[in-house]
Amino acid sequence: MSFSWARQYEPQTGVTKWLDERLPLPRLVYNAVGAGYPVPRNLNYMWNFGVLAGFFLVLQIITGVVLAMHYASDATVAFAKVEHIMRDVNWGWLMRYMHANGASFFFIVIYLHIFRGFFYSSYKAPREMIWLLGVVIFLLMMATAFMGYVLPWGQMSFWGAKVITGLFGAIPVVGEPLQVWLLGGFAPDDAALNRFFSLHFLLPFVIAGVVILHIWALHIPGSSNPTGVEVKKESDTVPFHPYYTAKDGFGLGVVLIVFTIMVFFLPNMLGHPDNYIEANPLSTPALIVPEWYFYPFYAILRAFTFDFFFVPAKLLGVIAMFASILIWFILPWLDKSPVRSGHYRPLFRIFFWILMADMALLFYLGGAHAEEPYIMLSQLATAYYFLHFLVILPIISQIEKPRPLPYSITEAVLGKDEPAAGTKPAETSA
Amino acid sequence: MAESTGTATADMIVGEGDDGVRRRDFINIAAVSFAGIGGAATLFPLISQMAPSADVLAESSTELDTGAIAPGQAIKAIFRKQPLFVRRLTAAELAEANAVGLDDLRDPQTLADRTKEGHGDVLVTMGVCTHLGCVPLGAAEGENKGEYGGYFCPCHGSHYDTAGRIRKGPAPTNLEVPEYEFTSDSVIRVG
Repeated sequence: MSFSWARQYEPQTGVTKWLDERLPLPRLVYNAVGAGYPVPRNLNYMWNFGVLAGFFLVLQIITGVVLAMHYASDATVAFAKVEHIMRDVNWGWLMRYMHANGASFFFIVIYLHIFRGFFYSSYKAPREMIWLLGVVIFLLMMATAFMGYVLPWGQMSFWGAKVITGLFGAIPVVGEPLQVWLLGGFAPDDAALNRFFSLHFLLPFVIAGVVILHIWALHIPGSSNPTGVEVKKESDTVPFHPYYTAKDGFGLGVVLIVFTIMVFFLPNMLGHPDNYIEANPLSTPALIVPEWYFYPFYAILRAFTFDFFFVPAKLLGVIAMFASILIWFILPWLDKSPVRSGHYRPLFRIFFWILMADMALLFYLGGAHAEEPYIMLSQLATAYYFLHFLVILPIISQIEKPRPLPYSITEAVLGKDEPAAGTKPAETSA
Repeated sequence: MAESTGTATADMIVGEGDDGVRRRDFINIAAVSFAGIGGAATLFPLISQMAPSADVLAESSTELDTGAIAPGQAIKAIFRKQPLFVRRLTAAELAEANAVGLDDLRDPQTLADRTKEGHGDVLVTMGVCTHLGCVPLGAAEGENKGEYGGYFCPCHGSHYDTAGRIRKGPAPTNLEVPEYEFTSDSVIRVG
């Protein structure tokens, strides 16, 4: 599952030879993220975010396991336990701030990773499966992050849990019993807190499993690149190690500088102050908002204030919110253009940036009060969001005249390449 | 299932019958069915354990006295760990609620449908917005009662009128009136 010129792993010592014949784990790593994985030589910094996402997943698992050693998912003590971590546990404040901000950074890098996919059409054949698994990972991340935010049992935890589980109550007929079953009661309480803790602990490992599938699927066609032209021969690639381990390492350093500034100097900037008030089932905060990274989807949820035919507004909002992500599953079949990279697609490029602006607007609206003009703006932005995927994208791929593509990655990088007679496109199987 | 069992039992004596069905087919089907039904039966407790437990269900009724509530006033109580609003309507609020035509309502119900006979001015509703479950404002003094003078949900802007009926905003139905009864002139038992 690599190019024919990929370097082969050769164990150097007796121990590694012995191991290679019994459990070739070093060989697996060598082929996955080592010198045995040939990668296009022209990757830009937008290709850093996969590795960064992997880093934050590991960071979340490590800090999360540590926090679980000091936490208790009992509604009477959960809030106090978080304060216990903050005040009494050695370095507890650091672990918690790393975990809370780590979640935000995980979403930041994942959003950039997804937008990279949008711009360079990373979802196109033969990489559809990588994209589909990526969307699964994103959905799992959303579930994990939502349940994690409930654990401190503050006001936003409680009311967030109530609103989100209330979404299931919108489903006709089975909705209300389903909501009671999910919560284990009529409102979020001990039962809900306990099961959320259990699942919040489990899901990151499920994510890690799907990440392995994601990387496996990636290694079959190999990485995409900013030109969107497939790898043809050896001069188009460089080994992942040391070239991209170094480049990813540099990117990681930059992100960690920003991350540590957040953790040490602005640890609560991305959180909500109401979550430092203990959960109170009888008092709703003036503005219930989810974590910032859910804002665009929350804005879509709230955009539906009118019934449509026989579908009530509440159900419409829920359907639209889920559809706004599920639509990514069919993206590879909505965008039919044979050209991948946005660099060579003048029309697509314009609409890509309009979509980014639309999503930025939804981000803003998701955190705003539910009043005019925000409601109307949410409706317009939601309408445009779906219009982009369902109408604009398929039309662009029909009418657009792409710019000429370079012959090869080598030509794109060096300005010239020798399409030597008899040079066949490289074998992509091994 | 019954059919294959029947033929196979006969075959157990002869090994393979004329119809080509062997003893081993019976064992295969029986074993897989047994494992399948057993697996499915195990799912039941696994799913059911998530439903409300006995102690949660035990706290399912509440009693309270409405006598002390003055017209125009409301109290918040707790029913099944959720807020319950009990409100005594003023004459003006009663008139306002009764003046609305049913055609103007998203979830058509008269005030009489939502109160008990002889206690038409006592409105008992859940304090849970039917949109996504926030607690509406308007029960306590000085809170925003919304455009229709009843309750207002701050989360997503649902307005309820003086009979707790949805008038504007995303909520699909009126504030729920729980099952309750007057056990005396002023005491109600909810649940």
